[in-house]
Amino acid sequence: MIELEAMVKAFQPHRGQAIVVSGRANRYWDTMSQLPQRDLSLGDPAMGGHAAFALGLALAQPKQKVIVFDSDGDLQMSLGVLAMVAEQKPSNFYHFLLDNECYATTGGQPVPNAKSIAYDVVAKGCGYPLAYAYNNLESLSVNLARILSEPGPVFVAMKIVPEITNTPIGQRTPRLKRTKDQSIADLRKELGIRE
Amino acid sequence: MTEEANLSPEIVLAEMKKNGITHVVWLPDSETNWLYLLMKAEPSLTLVAVPREGLAFSAAAGIHVGGGKPIILIQNTGMMESGDSMRGWAMGLNIPVVMMVGYRGYTRHGVNKDTAATYTERFLNAFNIQYYLVEHSSDAPRISTAFAEAEKNKRPVAILVGDEYHGFNH
Repeated sequence: MIELEAMVKAFQPHRGQAIVVSGRANRYWDTMSQLPQRDLSLGDPAMGGHAAFALGLALAQPKQKVIVFDSDGDLQMSLGVLAMVAEQKPSNFYHFLLDNECYATTGGQPVPNAKSIAYDVVAKGCGYPLAYAYNNLESLSVNLARILSEPGPVFVAMKIVPEITNTPIGQRTPRLKRTKDQSIADLRKELGIRE
Repeated sequence: MTEEANLSPEIVLAEMKKNGITHVVWLPDSETNWLYLLMKAEPSLTLVAVPREGLAFSAAAGIHVGGGKPIILIQNTGMMESGDSMRGWAMGLNIPVVMMVGYRGYTRHGVNKDTAATYTERFLNAFNIQYYLVEHSSDAPRISTAFAEAEKNKRPVAILVGDEYHGFNH
């Protein structure tokens, strides 16, 4: 399995100018990113929607690479998004899945059939032309540059060490460095979108 | 029922173009199916099909953030299924989006046999979402009203399509 922080660190040299929907990786992404104006750190607006949100962004900005860090719990909730992406065939879309086999923010309960799902195979079956799976940092790291140079949509499942929290939501320290509104406004300004 | 009594798909499409729609995020339903071929043939529109209505709200949010202008086309049943996604992705991110909602089970007299219709307006009221009923082509300007309101308030606004063509009013 891969430590989330190490994965995010390994990603930095390869990010380029891509827009990143940091999703469940935001706790580390926000502290390491050198291009916050191209990051969308939205927290968790509603579970299951990160990939479709990123797809919408990729469709509206076809000249920009869009990377999303999805999670196994989110994807299981909206598995049909894989077919949705595959139908649209966005060549600028890079779908990275954090598979920690559990709902880490609610105490670590396993997602359904947690240890036995090959998400890369599911993505491939739904029509992603390229899908990979990695369970160690070394293999992922040596392939990241190539993966991000391939035409999308690309799906990458990564086995991630769970970082389990079980504190009631109201007692957690907020992780976002900017508000959702500010994050969106910064990106739209960066892309030259008029309000 | 005369031809004029129906809601013309050409007029609905014209309203979309007039309001600068770039992407139609949709799941087929019987009340709005008549638009499909027209939209598919319209080069200024990208159709984004969703397998479950909740994904329409997150996809539409992404399209808006990326500078596009989405419209959501779903049925009332799917709208109710989408509650949390609508809350978090559309209302939570202040997305100005119009959803055209097929009003399954609608009857003008209010006596219906379909609970999908029974709960539609109650659902919208619970979320404090403004809505407009469109039944005939003469109602089409309400679609532009909905777009203006969504932009002004940075919130979702619903158009309920209670099309007489399907005979729900009888």
